[in-house]
Amino acid sequence: MMSRAERLAKICADHAPIEGPLLPILHAVQAEFACVDAEAERAIAHALNLSRADVHGVVSFYHDFGAEPDPRPIVQLCRAEACQARGVEALVPAAEAAAGDRVRLSTVYCLGLCSVGPSARVGDRLHARLDEAALVALVRSA
Amino acid sequence: MTTVRISDDALALACGADAVAAEFAQRGCTVERVSSWGMHWLEPLVEIDGLGFGAATAADVPAILDGTSAKGIGPIAAHPFIARQQRLTFARAGKTRPLSQDDYARTGGWAGLRRAQSLPKAKIIEEVIASGLRGRGGAGFPAGIKWRTVAEAPGAKKYVVCNADEGDSGTFADRMLMEGDPFALIEGMAIAGLAVGARKGFIYVRSEYPHAIARLRAAIAACPWVFAPFEIEVRVGAGAYVCGEETSLLNSLEGKRGEVRAKPPLPAVEGLFGCPTVVNNVLTLAAVPHILAEGGSAAYGELGFARSKGTMPIQLAGNIKHGGLFEAAFGVTLRELVYDIGGGTASGRTVKAVQVGGPLGAYIHPDQFDIAFDYEAYTGADALIGHGGIVVFDDTTDMGAMARFAFEFCAAESCGKCTPCRIGAVRGVELIDRIRSGGRGPDSVEALPQMHNAPKDGRSREGHLTLLEDLCETMQFGSLCALGGFTPYPVRSALKHWPEDFR
Repeated sequence: MMSRAERLAKICADHAPIEGPLLPILHAVQAEFACVDAEAERAIAHALNLSRADVHGVVSFYHDFGAEPDPRPIVQLCRAEACQARGVEALVPAAEAAAGDRVRLSTVYCLGLCSVGPSARVGDRLHARLDEAALVALVRSA
Repeated sequence: MTTVRISDDALALACGADAVAAEFAQRGCTVERVSSWGMHWLEPLVEIDGLGFGAATAADVPAILDGTSAKGIGPIAAHPFIARQQRLTFARAGKTRPLSQDDYARTGGWAGLRRAQSLPKAKIIEEVIASGLRGRGGAGFPAGIKWRTVAEAPGAKKYVVCNADEGDSGTFADRMLMEGDPFALIEGMAIAGLAVGARKGFIYVRSEYPHAIARLRAAIAACPWVFAPFEIEVRVGAGAYVCGEETSLLNSLEGKRGEVRAKPPLPAVEGLFGCPTVVNNVLTLAAVPHILAEGGSAAYGELGFARSKGTMPIQLAGNIKHGGLFEAAFGVTLRELVYDIGGGTASGRTVKAVQVGGPLGAYIHPDQFDIAFDYEAYTGADALIGHGGIVVFDDTTDMGAMARFAFEFCAAESCGKCTPCRIGAVRGVELIDRIRSGGRGPDSVEALPQMHNAPKDGRSREGHLTLLEDLCETMQFGSLCALGGFTPYPVRSALKHWPEDFR
């Protein structure tokens, strides 16, 4: 069993040969540890010969990376224009109530299912044509 | 044994295609997973001997098999939605298994690349220029001219970058192509590589498209020898809308914050890692194999309208009865698209507005529906085609709220590099709130004795409208990229056509 530091070092080393390795490394770290925290930023900065500020600047820029792990399951609900046109906003209060503190209900701008919205993503599974009952059931089962 | 064809496109999966496929398999049918025809209101669409059934559920399977199903739509290829289209980029949609190399080769795949391999570089570029192909990402810049700039730019190392960061709401053509016909994109990139002298290509896909990412990686791994020595790598975005802007995308690929770069230098001269780089949208590159096939360039150039040549994959989305992918030559009117083809709203109510071109596109009033689908015609009407997404809204929509959302979205997604976009978007939200609440009273800071020039009695609703117009002008002309520069389009168009929604 590798230590956390060793796992970080391995991720950095695995990606070292590719061009522009920072984003792929951050994705791998986020997938492995569910966040990119200060310790990870330090290790990555060291491996890529960047300043910690450089790495932190990148981590904080993108929506996909979090500074702290969030143990809650995530339901991403599309609330962009096409899903708004199909009535997603009316479903939000019920979804929020169902989510409570247990589920993280996050907003995503577009899942590319714009003709069959409202739509949501849980992990790599997509769900379309959601009405209030279907969305609440989805949040409860997340 | 019956062969059943069902799409495994992300949209079909989201609508429950796997359960339907499993039920057919359970009953002894051979199930082929193909790309989607693009008739999304019928997904999951089941095809047996050319006949279609949709939208199917697992419970419909017995009736479909014994011929008593009421969900039959007859021969799919003859369906009016399909028969009216001119499919070039999406010629294989619904007809091939996305990762089958046999299916790809059988339907003309690799012919363009093979012919390009036998041509001099300049001749490839000449054919792309002659076809009139313009960038499908939104700006509509002639693809061949961009390629020529890269080919002629000095530099030993060059890149081809495919912009697959399809973040606009109402667009899904890139996703459908990457999932349904990944080899076409690969072939287009390889041809671009030959034309400009690049050995390496990147496809930058947004992280919201996990199925497209997996499909592309599998397709590239399946046939690296076909396009060698060219190499292609898939890179995944990280949830930033602005990375669909080409310079911001390049920064992101380099491992930087996705901030926009000032132009010039153009990416064609100084792009990825400072090297000359072709940055093209998925649909642009996927149109290239057809153009490079024997006689393809002239055939492509004959289609279209004025200076908009060829076909445009138009995406019908939002509150529309028959949503999906409609590829047609330029020149089709919005009225045909929304009513004849799209069947009006899904809710059955009156159409109030249509937003064309994503979150930065103008809201178009039904009175303007005779406008022809053409880059110049839209520019003339203070609107844009963008990536070809059309989002329909019914009469329950509050256009004031949509204008506010345009600013909110810009504030959430601004890269922060330029002030008009970063600050303007936030101020825009505040302005719209004050306009909708009828202005504001005196401000405590303005009332201070040392504030000699400040108004002392607040600002009226009209005063705020003037300020909003001023802000829109600043953002439009002062922003570095289209995010800040085009956010005024939805705002101004909503205010112009539906002023009553701002009261």
